[in-house]
Amino acid sequence: MKPNVLKRSGIAVGGWVGSLVLFFPIFYMVVKSFQTEIDAANPTPQFLFTPTLTNYAEALQAGIGPYAVNSLVVVVVSTLVVLALAVPAAYALSVRPVAKAQDVLFFFISTKMMPIAAGIIPIYIVASALGLLNTITILVLMHIGMNLPLGIWMIRSFMQEIPGEVLEAASVDGAAGWTKMRSIILPLIKPGLASTALLCAVFSWNEYFYAVNLTTSKSTLPLFLQKFLSFGELYTAHVAAVATLVSLPVIIAGWAAQKSLVRGLLFGAVK
Amino acid sequence: MTLVADTPPGQVIAPPTPPPAPTSAERWRLRGPLLPALVFTLALTQIPFLMTLFFSIRRWNLLSGGDQGFNWGHNYVDTATDPIFWKSILNTVLITGVSTVLCIAIGLLIAMALNHSFPGRGIARTLAITPFFAMPVAVTLFWRSAMFDPTFGLFGFLSRSVGLPAVSWLSDYPLLALVVLLTWRFTPFGLLIMLAGLQGAPQDQLEAAQVDGAGPFSRFRFITLPHLRPFIELAALLLAMNLIQTFGEIALLSAGGPAYATTNITYYIYLKAFNAFDFGFASALGVVALVLTIALVSPVLRLLSGIFQSEGRR
Repeated sequence: MKPNVLKRSGIAVGGWVGSLVLFFPIFYMVVKSFQTEIDAANPTPQFLFTPTLTNYAEALQAGIGPYAVNSLVVVVVSTLVVLALAVPAAYALSVRPVAKAQDVLFFFISTKMMPIAAGIIPIYIVASALGLLNTITILVLMHIGMNLPLGIWMIRSFMQEIPGEVLEAASVDGAAGWTKMRSIILPLIKPGLASTALLCAVFSWNEYFYAVNLTTSKSTLPLFLQKFLSFGELYTAHVAAVATLVSLPVIIAGWAAQKSLVRGLLFGAVK
Repeated sequence: MTLVADTPPGQVIAPPTPPPAPTSAERWRLRGPLLPALVFTLALTQIPFLMTLFFSIRRWNLLSGGDQGFNWGHNYVDTATDPIFWKSILNTVLITGVSTVLCIAIGLLIAMALNHSFPGRGIARTLAITPFFAMPVAVTLFWRSAMFDPTFGLFGFLSRSVGLPAVSWLSDYPLLALVVLLTWRFTPFGLLIMLAGLQGAPQDQLEAAQVDGAGPFSRFRFITLPHLRPFIELAALLLAMNLIQTFGEIALLSAGGPAYATTNITYYIYLKAFNAFDFGFASALGVVALVLTIALVSPVLRLLSGIFQSEGRR
């Protein structure tokens, strides 16, 4: 009995230590965000200090607002369009599959393997010719392209799980096409749609490559953060406050949705 | 995987004969819902690629001026004879390979602990997956000043407190620093996937093996690991897909330096295109990067396609 207790507590300690090591930098970031720059720059980490909200106040005054609005617009619009395009596509690839559905699916995922840098010059040139450089529109378009394969794969895997009998019964009752989609399929895959939307939103919120290459002033939050680099030395406490501010919504969403996340991260490949 | 063909309305008993081949109109009706997504993706990925291919055989440097024109394979010759190109390939392979292996190994270790129930397991798991969500640009800037900095960073403090000199990570071990950051950020991804795999492990077999006197190591080696294999393969593919494209962490941690020590192929293309404005050369780099990625990924992809086709394997 005794070695069993020992083993159990060993596992518990191991699990906690591993998790805390992974979490620590985030915790440390939040701690530093409430410090003065002087405390934050102390070579010995400070954990007992008088918390201050100065960094947050200054972050808000430094013009984070427009960037936050842009991020929100890009995330919401691109995620909605991804869902609108992915639901019918997933339907055509699962419920009533087109010929060579498997090949089409692999085409979609193969676009995720393409180095993003390989296409950026033409995209930059076309965007420039169309007057889309430094606009939110171009970011929305690129984020749709980035998340659409993920959306199709995930939603398809949820549709695959609808029992055949349910769909059959619906057809027998005369439901076809749009009616079947609206009254049978969509309600059944609602949780799946939610987790798909969440993952797309997270990736869109965090996206940096297109933002830095296609926009300058009219851009999203990652570019606002990047400005801290151009001042030469980094102001740790300020960076920590802004970093906490922009990461928090996504972290909370991720915590809330962790149960359904796995299959999303696996593109719905493993059940 | 059961795919149910629709029965026409009103037809209660499906005939046992195979359904007739769909007519052309019927096929287009099936394709219809797929087309918007397909056309959008084709336009956004294939057209830029074809244009990159076209630019890659042209002379096109915004800074040196002069005429644009075809110089055919010249950019490719420049690429092949450019030592920094080869360095960036090596860096890409190192960054991707080492981080992928570490994310899976560490993820598996923590997942094995989290797979047992213990007090606060749910909270531990929630905390562990957090780094994956935090904005990469944000955490990279934070790591740069609060972790890696030899004077003000946590690692410097830790080395000093055990009596060692503080290491300037970003100038002395830049590649290692990058791998540490990436491994930290992506381990939760490996962890979640390994946990999903472990939760589906065949309990009856594990118990039977225990009854038969198999030790924990051989149980892991002969039952858990084979069961985990598809999960490990998938995690490796998805991690590699992400890590091979690393850009933000490099741009903000080290700007590819010092002396190109942390420049991967993605970042090198960016430097050539948007710092040197050599669009021809950068396009050739892009084409080469694509070919290399395909060469690297397609064996794994074939494997993956095997997993999908035999969905009943588990």
